[in-house]
Amino acid sequence: MSVLGGVIAPGFFSNPIVQTALVVGGVVAVVSGLVGVFTVIRGQSFTTEAISDVGATGGSGAYLVGVSALAGFVAAAVVSAGVIEMIGLRRPRGRDIATGIVLGAALGFAALFLYFDTTHTSTTGASITILFGSIFVISSSVVPTIVGLSALVLAIVVVFYRRLLLTALDSDLAAARGVSARWVGLGYLLALSLSVALSAITIGAVLGVALVVGPAATALHLTKRPGFAFALSGLIGLVAVWVGILLAYDSYYWPPVGRGWPVSFLVVALIFSFYVSVHVATQHAFKKKRHIETDDGESGPVCH
Amino acid sequence: MNTWIVATVVAVVAGATGFFAVMRGAAFASHALPQGAFAGAAGAALIGASTLLGFGVFAGAGALLIAWLGRRGRHDVVTALAFVLMLGLGALFLSMSTEYAPEIYSLLFGEILGISRSQILPTLLLALVSLGAIAVVYRPLLFSSVLPEIGEARGIRPYRMEIAFLLIIAITTTTTVPVVGALLMFSLMIAPAAAARSFTPSPWRALSLSVAIAVVTIWMAIVASYESNWPIGFFVGVFGAGSFVIARTWAAWQRRQVTKTQEVVVAGAG
Repeated sequence: MSVLGGVIAPGFFSNPIVQTALVVGGVVAVVSGLVGVFTVIRGQSFTTEAISDVGATGGSGAYLVGVSALAGFVAAAVVSAGVIEMIGLRRPRGRDIATGIVLGAALGFAALFLYFDTTHTSTTGASITILFGSIFVISSSVVPTIVGLSALVLAIVVVFYRRLLLTALDSDLAAARGVSARWVGLGYLLALSLSVALSAITIGAVLGVALVVGPAATALHLTKRPGFAFALSGLIGLVAVWVGILLAYDSYYWPPVGRGWPVSFLVVALIFSFYVSVHVATQHAFKKKRHIETDDGESGPVCH
Repeated sequence: MNTWIVATVVAVVAGATGFFAVMRGAAFASHALPQGAFAGAAGAALIGASTLLGFGVFAGAGALLIAWLGRRGRHDVVTALAFVLMLGLGALFLSMSTEYAPEIYSLLFGEILGISRSQILPTLLLALVSLGAIAVVYRPLLFSSVLPEIGEARGIRPYRMEIAFLLIIAITTTTTVPVVGALLMFSLMIAPAAAARSFTPSPWRALSLSVAIAVVTIWMAIVASYESNWPIGFFVGVFGAGSFVIARTWAAWQRRQVTKTQEVVVAGAG
């Protein structure tokens, strides 16, 4: 019991901020992990990052004109996801370039908004908060919204599950089977935008992509079975966020004392460590498999 | 005067590197490395070291990390994770430092109008290193990017090329980011190169065109920023996107012309 007391700093579970953080973080982690599996299979990590950055721009813009930053974020995220999805109906490489261009333009606007922000208002910390976020700053009034949005994402994933999976794995087969690419695409991008927004609230816009794709990628390294991958992805995300919150709370006692390490960093560090550990651990199995499959392993001269 | 020299140098390097980045489909890495390296600058500021050095170290480390993980992992995912880790570290360093450094803003968005004379020389040197590296690996990298199997048969190891390419991006990043900012440097790399590709398939011409467009973009951005006092990054992003759209529209129009000519020929023959 004393070991547990040593790991968990006093007052952890009774602290209301921590309680909110655990609930919000847990819900968002699981939901992001689920959507993330589709995202990783579709190879859309860049898109996720782009949506997050554009969303942050939208949030900054909304904040400037006095509208809810969250609404601005979600709106910008959904619109950009829609644009990217429309462009992405062609080759993936072209989509990446287009994503990059859109992102560049959007970030240009972000620079503009931040410029207005710092020259017209006196607060300079607002942009940092939007960009890097902190789960401990979430007020309890936002929690119902977060839970509601998460439930919406969950509903989309459940309803579209089979079709999403089919479209992600083999779009031609999906089309042949009459799966409406338009509706599935729309549902997916809504789910992704919302997940990104939720992750952004949790650990900040800049790091939110880690929560969406990290656990999913780790899970996919471990298993090829979809159902198992989803469960694993949600679980890994959940562990990362909860342990991150715990460590952030504990870190008030770490150097530099009295300040605490940012929870966003800790969560991301955990996600990254999980991924690398699994990556390295499966390297051995991968190497053995390759050794068995190729007899001599030598590439002979190429004959034309 | 300093501004124009540095800007031109930066644009040349960005355009050249961007050409390869676009060809290899490495738009994400081009975005991720500069932003991630910014964390190194924050860390360096924390311990009182040169921010440029911190930048370079993180950029190089990031490049190697992406190359290592990318051997087996999905490329886009490892780029995302490496990038986010570095940014997370940046957040950590920022939280530990007691001052809110205005340097951070300029590192993110660039401060080209305030370039001091002392910055010209390091920028020039790094740019030369970058361009030199590109010149050296130009042929094998081109081969490996366009025809990887044949390249491999000729003894060009794709992993080595990947490392070389990412390190070039790292060097380019370190050169240009203090000037145009982490967030927008990537736009200067990708947009002109992507636009150039729509104009010509020949690699050498595309490379030159990419450099030219980059230079023009940044000149226009400097003028616009000077006039309006708005951040230069904004104009780089918007003009870059604009040139891309123009290039694509032009290419689509060209295709229509070709189809029309073909229709005429067919009609004449039939």
